[in-house]
Amino acid sequence: MEKLQCQCGHVNPPGTKLCESCGRSLTEKEQNSKLVDMRYEGTARRSQTYNKSIIDKVWNFFSSVKVGVGIIVFLLVAAAIGTILPQKAFVPANTEATIKDYYADTYGVVGQIYHALGFHDLYSSFWFIILVGMLAISLIIASLDRFVPLYKSLKNQRVLRHPSFMGKQRIYAEGPGAEDTLKKAEEKLTELKYKVRTDKNGLLAEKGRFSRWGPYVNHIGLIIFLFGVMLRMMPGFYIDESLWIREGETRAIPEVPGYYLENKNFELENYSGEGGEEIFGEALDRVGTVAKNYQTDIVLYKKKEDALPGAVDGQEVVKEYPIRVNQPLKFDGYAIYQMDFRLDELKAMTFSFINKETEDSFGELTIDLIDPKKDYELDNGYSVKLIGYYPDFSGFENGEPQTATPLPNNPGFLVKLFTPETPEGETSFITIQNTVEPLGENDYKLAFQSVETRDVSGLTVRKDSTLPILGLGGLIFMIGVAQGMYFNHRRFWIQQKTDGTILLAGHTNKNWFGLKKDLNQVVEYASLPAYTDQQDEIDKQEKAEKEGEVLS
Amino acid sequence: MTLAEISSNLLYVAFVAYLIATFIFGGAVKGNKEGTFKSESRWGKVAITITLIGFAANLGYFFTRWGATGHAPLSNMFEFTTAFGMTLVGGFIILYFLYKTPVLGMIVLPVALLIIAFASMFPSEVSPLIPALQTNWLAIHVSTVVIAEGILAISAAAGLIYLLKVVDLTKKSKQRMGLEAIMYSLVLVLGFVIASSFFSLTGYEAEFTYVDKEAKDAAVTYTMPPIFGMNEYVALTDDAMTPLVEMPAIVHAGKLTTVTWSILFGTVLYWLIRLVFRKRIAAILKPFVKNVNIQLMDEIGYRAVIIGFPVFTLGALIFAMIWAQIAWSRFWGWDPKEVWALITWLFYAAYLHLRLGKGWQGEKSAWLAVLGFIIIMFNLVAVNLIIAGLHSYA
Repeated sequence: MEKLQCQCGHVNPPGTKLCESCGRSLTEKEQNSKLVDMRYEGTARRSQTYNKSIIDKVWNFFSSVKVGVGIIVFLLVAAAIGTILPQKAFVPANTEATIKDYYADTYGVVGQIYHALGFHDLYSSFWFIILVGMLAISLIIASLDRFVPLYKSLKNQRVLRHPSFMGKQRIYAEGPGAEDTLKKAEEKLTELKYKVRTDKNGLLAEKGRFSRWGPYVNHIGLIIFLFGVMLRMMPGFYIDESLWIREGETRAIPEVPGYYLENKNFELENYSGEGGEEIFGEALDRVGTVAKNYQTDIVLYKKKEDALPGAVDGQEVVKEYPIRVNQPLKFDGYAIYQMDFRLDELKAMTFSFINKETEDSFGELTIDLIDPKKDYELDNGYSVKLIGYYPDFSGFENGEPQTATPLPNNPGFLVKLFTPETPEGETSFITIQNTVEPLGENDYKLAFQSVETRDVSGLTVRKDSTLPILGLGGLIFMIGVAQGMYFNHRRFWIQQKTDGTILLAGHTNKNWFGLKKDLNQVVEYASLPAYTDQQDEIDKQEKAEKEGEVLS
Repeated sequence: MTLAEISSNLLYVAFVAYLIATFIFGGAVKGNKEGTFKSESRWGKVAITITLIGFAANLGYFFTRWGATGHAPLSNMFEFTTAFGMTLVGGFIILYFLYKTPVLGMIVLPVALLIIAFASMFPSEVSPLIPALQTNWLAIHVSTVVIAEGILAISAAAGLIYLLKVVDLTKKSKQRMGLEAIMYSLVLVLGFVIASSFFSLTGYEAEFTYVDKEAKDAAVTYTMPPIFGMNEYVALTDDAMTPLVEMPAIVHAGKLTTVTWSILFGTVLYWLIRLVFRKRIAAILKPFVKNVNIQLMDEIGYRAVIIGFPVFTLGALIFAMIWAQIAWSRFWGWDPKEVWALITWLFYAAYLHLRLGKGWQGEKSAWLAVLGFIIIMFNLVAVNLIIAGLHSYA
């Protein structure tokens, strides 16, 4: 396409509708319309100018508002579909097969279809991510397509515009003026906080140009936000680990080198309905138990700089802190959250070594259920050897005891009992409330005495270095929205011809009422000719024509 | 009287005041036969004064309840929904002083009344906060959301008035049907309120045990005669009505029963109204909007969105994400409530792009505003009661 030369001599880029310099209409369409389209100042937008190559077509596709809204609507509908049934993260199953079965068993055919279509994991499906990506591309291209020419045009505004440009503005006036009219108008407009520029016989008064950037600023905010979300996939920016820690234990914090956490105590407190809580009595009666507090009292240790690897005593206390819901432990860019708990996990079991017949006891032994010892020496030559330990005994397979998990939910012990009378030992297999003697009748046994329990706290370890970026994106978005919505760009062009006639035109991107309020003050002070709102005139005319049709 | 009792009495006062003000606003608009706006402004003044008294009582309810419970009363279905009714009225009061539009009061106040009545059907006793809610973010996040939704709902009210004025009710059309569907659904809400009140006044209660969708035994109490029975139900109450149909485990037959009774009551009420007035409800309201300036309604609708949208972004997304990061360790987890907040936000983003970029003003814009309100109500009602998630605290 060729560049367009205006009558005024200015050479405009191809696709320009209103001459960048004087404002004359350059296209036939603009020349024939009663009012000029001022949305992008009549500049050449790439999307409206070229449509040949593939790049043009892609650019034009993404710069369209219609396409943008289309993407928004698609996203909206997709997001809604994802809430029809719970997402896989919220169902009580964690392998692919059990998840599939869960949807089929719980929701029948609907669940099967939902799962088959991948809707159970909709928000991380490739097509949903592509939709979000398309939204980001649309945000960028649509903004560039409009912002660049608009910025250039507003930056290089001339004070003097051609009368044909002024005559096609919505607010227009023409009439006689006095010698000092321009001067007085300038005074009043300056007082109203307009930036006024003059050139020969004309002035341009402008206010709130920055509001024109509002949409682009808020789009930049959204792009920064989406960029931040993308960044989480990069290694190092984002950590999400869970840490189960028993009372009394000290553990290395996963993915956080050099730090250790000790769980001193876990506490679950419920509302009692007493002691200042009487007011909740009725609600507690209706719903039953309501949790008041989940809390893990921890000590955070850091490995000393000069400590040898693996040294036990090379740790220093960083801080003691009660981790509660809404009060995560924060250190060094990491945060640790109270997320879950298990009450009363078995810790240790105490047995008494007795003669089955006489029930005489020869001493007690305590077996630690997490890290059991092998040998237990009692007085007078009595001893116990732990041959096998099955923390979560689930039955026998080929005569061998099995454990389902490494957690001490149902401990089973294969032990050998030694006494001075039976130096070669008696074998017995002990589980809770049950003793099996696999190699024949024994004389001695271990009788269960007591059990110690403790709570286990479920913590989540997080690091999210993208948060400041997301925050920045959100902030910029809010600034952009306020900038574009609560301010507007108002302009007046005033010219005085050699015969004293005043030409006046006004434009705002929104809130014409506010513009007129400003103008009324100027008109009064500088005795400008009375103006008309040409849009209203057109509307009235159309209405009259319509009514005329109805009548005839 | 305890503080909690004072609080609930103040809510009654507010309710009655809004009810009276609705009729006076209606009278102010209807009585203006010549369209001179003189009587309209005189009666409008009376009505707005009563509304202000009601609103003061409503605020009184809110803060005395805050004092009584020790936390911002925004923590359950009753509290949140009541607050929504309150912000709706608050939004209307601001716009009334900006634009002097009694007709807006005639629409907003009955909707607010319906919302508060709907809220009162949920347990309203003072309840303690679970650990996740014990933070100032409860007040910050939820109050911003409820204010934003109140403002956005005003745009729907303005849209509804616009539609009542421009939709031709004498000819069959999609628009006429859509408008009447809106009226019908408002009556259904009233149906729910009447059904709930009726059965609770008669003291109906029936207990059942059933097997839930995880195949565990559970118990349920019906407060309305069971039309639908839970999966493998066994009645514990002797004289309870036998359910007509047993539902599979994924359907909560108790809730379905409530919905069905509400629809039954609402539909009967709807046809009673039609029978008495011998016209559509939209047509009953039509004379009230005779003198409405539709450009002004369009403007109010748009203004409400451009104020409500940023406030909604702040409350329902930004504050929500900050709190979620603190309480649940992640700022976003695709919880249904979060998703529906995003949907609401995307919807209003689309509204703004269509209006500013595609010139969708007037009627199209009005339909969108009404649709926005439907999405907000869906998020409030359906997401809390039907779709389970972290936010379902009803």
